[in-house]
Amino acid sequence: MIQPPLALLAELTHRCPLRCPYCSNPTALTRPGEEVDTATWARAFAEAADLGCLQVHLSGGEPTARRDIEALVRAASEAGLYTNLITSGVLLNGTRLEALVAAGLDHVQLSIQDAEPVSADRIGGYRGGHARKLEFARHVTAAGLPLTLNAVVHRQNLDRLPQMIALALELGAGRLEVAHVQYYGWALANRDALMPSRAQLDAATAAVEAARAAHRSRLVIDYVVPDYYATRPKSCMGGWGQRFLAISPAGHILPCHAAESLPGFAFPDIRTTTLREAWEASEAFNRFRGTGWMPAPCQGCSRAEADWGGCRCQAFALTGDAAAADPACALSPHHALLALALEDADRAGEAFTYREPGRLPAAPACPPVD
Amino acid sequence: MTPDSIPRLARGMKLREDKARAQWVVLGPERMFVPDEIALEILRLLDGSRSLGAIADTLATRYAAPHDEILADIAALLDDLAAKGVVTA
Repeated sequence: MIQPPLALLAELTHRCPLRCPYCSNPTALTRPGEEVDTATWARAFAEAADLGCLQVHLSGGEPTARRDIEALVRAASEAGLYTNLITSGVLLNGTRLEALVAAGLDHVQLSIQDAEPVSADRIGGYRGGHARKLEFARHVTAAGLPLTLNAVVHRQNLDRLPQMIALALELGAGRLEVAHVQYYGWALANRDALMPSRAQLDAATAAVEAARAAHRSRLVIDYVVPDYYATRPKSCMGGWGQRFLAISPAGHILPCHAAESLPGFAFPDIRTTTLREAWEASEAFNRFRGTGWMPAPCQGCSRAEADWGGCRCQAFALTGDAAAADPACALSPHHALLALALEDADRAGEAFTYREPGRLPAAPACPPVD
Repeated sequence: MTPDSIPRLARGMKLREDKARAQWVVLGPERMFVPDEIALEILRLLDGSRSLGAIADTLATRYAAPHDEILADIAALLDDLAAKGVVTA
């Protein structure tokens, strides 16, 4: 029995004014002319709700780079989905936000790159971006919408986590996501410049714990810890094809937004199939679903149904085999690769390869290892 | 919360039927929770105008139960939901 999905990630476009070097988009970015049209997205939202999705995350790229964003919010809302806009905030003013609220928007998740403006603008590769984000955050709370701040953290901003927490409180955010960079795609290419030190990580974890205790009733803090310091993998997506699906700007229906980094897949296309057919019957969704596909040491492991073998994209990026155990697990024969990456990063500089079309080859940046 | 408080779902929280799983859910920013039968009955009575006392009246009548006991139970449940950011008063 295949359980229905809980949430849909709709990556509406890969266009984005920011150039964050840890972007979760694939290194091969979709061109605007290849994007799915409004009517097809509206059908996808209705099918997602019918299939069992309760929430939709409207993301990108920068979702508000689409001129039909209001129509898309309305379609998602009318389908009965809880509608979350994941945005950089730099393209929206108060008037446009009001229109989105009128269209049924339920929640805004705003990214920040740092608490310190010069550093934030350097990391995002967009001058003046930080100031515009703060202005947009004030529009969100003035409109009465709940606000989540999303801070992707790494070596070059982690020391200012206490200031980022203070910023979330100052802006009236009800939630703060502190997400350590996940190393696929662009972030993998920038791993040496982004990887935090153990001392930074420990200080950040302590700062999160202290802030949770101090601001219990005002601010919920979600904390995503970095795999490279872990001994057990994360339960990526809650298991492949179990809780979550994504649609790429070009209409590919994916078990995870990074899945197109994996070779040998024919992902279903929303333009030619239904979401239900993709979810229940496609080879792509069934390939790593459940535990039957698992190799040693996952097969038979007591945690097989807790972490579901970890992340397929990380397994492929680091070992060249998408069906291998996630190297984040200490039981993986490839676990030592993570320690080597930490040593490399410790000796590396701070320069970024910014996220721009054509900057990186479509193929994964990391060669397979034996 | 007092009998005069007017509890309501917090901004960004929505009570929805989840037909695929034959249940009701409260949806919020990147989270959801499944209320038990009693919590669901109370959440359905939050209309932004009914006071806690009025809700207790309704349920005391519906279940032929002592008003004060019902009131105390509802207040405890709503205080818990308020601490989680699901309701405000």
